[in-house]
Order: sequence, then structure tokens, then C-alpha cells
Amino acid sequence: MSFYAELIISLLLILGGVFVLVGSIGLLRLQDLYVRLHAPTKATTLGLGGILTGCMLYMFYVEGFLGVNELLITLFLVITAPVTAYILAKAAMHNRVRMMERTRNKHHIETARSQLPPSDDNKDSE
Amino acid sequence: MSMIDRLFPMPLHSILLLIVWLMLNSTLSLGHIILGSLLAFFIPLLCAPLKMAQPKIKKPLKVIPYVLLVLKDIVVANIEVAILVIGPLKRIKPGFVAVPLDIHDTFPITILASTVTMTPGTVSSDVSSDNKWLYVHVLDMPDNEQEVIDLIKNRYESRVKEIFGC
Repeated sequence: MSFYAELIISLLLILGGVFVLVGSIGLLRLQDLYVRLHAPTKATTLGLGGILTGCMLYMFYVEGFLGVNELLITLFLVITAPVTAYILAKAAMHNRVRMMERTRNKHHIETARSQLPPSDDNKDSE
Repeated sequence: MSMIDRLFPMPLHSILLLIVWLMLNSTLSLGHIILGSLLAFFIPLLCAPLKMAQPKIKKPLKVIPYVLLVLKDIVVANIEVAILVIGPLKRIKPGFVAVPLDIHDTFPITILASTVTMTPGTVSSDVSSDNKWLYVHVLDMPDNEQEVIDLIKNRYESRVKEIFGC
């Protein structure tokens, strides 16, 4: 395996690892459920994407074939991550989970819980 | 309904199932092709009653630039969220917005909602039952919430609308 291939694979692995780590730190540090949702849905996607791309390149250089399993993992991840986030947010709304004090437009929760269109009378901006 | 329609209620899904099965096993051996074909035959038969009528993709070529745009935005989103998460938490100003939708079919809305979740600082959290409003949680809300709504509508919804031609 040439030096450059090793370099690229290492960079991808490190970058992926860093993003997964940031996602986990976000999960720990952020203050309410809705804000916490942002860290794993985004950071983890790119992190795993980087790790899997590195894995694919490694297999290509060492074993000499292009692994398609990694592609499938990425595909399933991209399909399932938003659905999980959506269901978690929906469940949180139904249970009226505590929100950060400075969350704006809190009144949207009430209509969203019943899947109604937003009410216009108490908008606090626009 | 012809015989073939009844035996293969979802031909596209059948082909996709076979391909994914072969990719999962990363093989092209005869045994797996037979097993995959059986799965591709029976699973759509079982799932056909659950199917809901969905609008067809009118412009398949427009899917490619859309996927590339979303991929690019995922990378940007990751970097933005990473900076926000590591930096001082005081800077995070969360909020909810209700985005009015121009598309009213469930499949395009699913695509749009998933895109919104994957892209910078927004997570879609609910859809009104009349399919006209998408509730979105914004991680870092600009002072004028209209900016977020315009971004989602112009950048993603208009393109999804074009793809499905509705």
C-alpha cells in the first residue's frame, strides 16, 4: 500500500472519529432533548461516513475489491437517522419534555401535538 | 388487474430487494440469486396491501443534483453543528418554526422532512394532519424566523416539487 493511500485512509478515519466524538460530546453537553437531537443526527452521519469511506478504500487497496457493504450501511444510516430523530421529537412533544428557557415559539408545541396548523394569534415575532 | 400485476405488485421494489440482498452478501453465487429472488417475490406480496398511492418521480434526472446538493449540505451541517456544540453553549438560540408546505403528498413530504433533518441546524419534528405545515426545530435561530422558512422553501422544497412535478 502506497504512502498516499495510507495517508488518505488515516485522514478519513481520524476525521470520522472526530465527528463521532463531537456528536457524543454534543449529546452530553447540550441542555434539552430537542437541541440534543441535532448532535447525533448530523455529526454521527458524517463521522460514520468518513470511517466507512476509509474502510472501503482500505479494502480496495489491501484486498483488491470494492466493498459494497459499506455503501449499504451508509444508505441505511441516511434513511433511518431522520426517521429516528422525527419519532423522538414527536414523542418529546407529546410528553411536553422540558425545553431550554430561551427556546422561541414554544406555542408551536401545542398545535404540533395535535397535528393542527399553527395558530396565528400568539406569534411572538414576524 | 392482470395476472402479472397481481404476482408482482411492486416490480421496482422486487428488483431493489434482489440487488440489496446480493450486495449484503457481496456475492453473485447461484444459491444467493435464487434465495434473493424468492425474497424479492414474497416480500412485495406481503407488503402490497400496505402500499399507498404515491406520485411518480417525473424528472428522474433532477434527483442527481438534488442528492449532490444534500450531500454537500450534510458536510456543511456537520461542521456548523460541531462548532456550535464545542463552542460556548450561550450562543445556541433554539426555537420552533412552522413551515407552510406547497407539496401535500406523503412521500415528497417524507423526502423533504428527512432532508431538513440532515441539513444545517434543523430537525423536522411533526407534520400537521392536513399535510400543510411542517414543524421544524431550529438549533440556531436567526432573529428573523422567516429566513429559515425561506431557506427550506427555496433550497429544498422547490427542488423536491420539481422532481415530483407537483
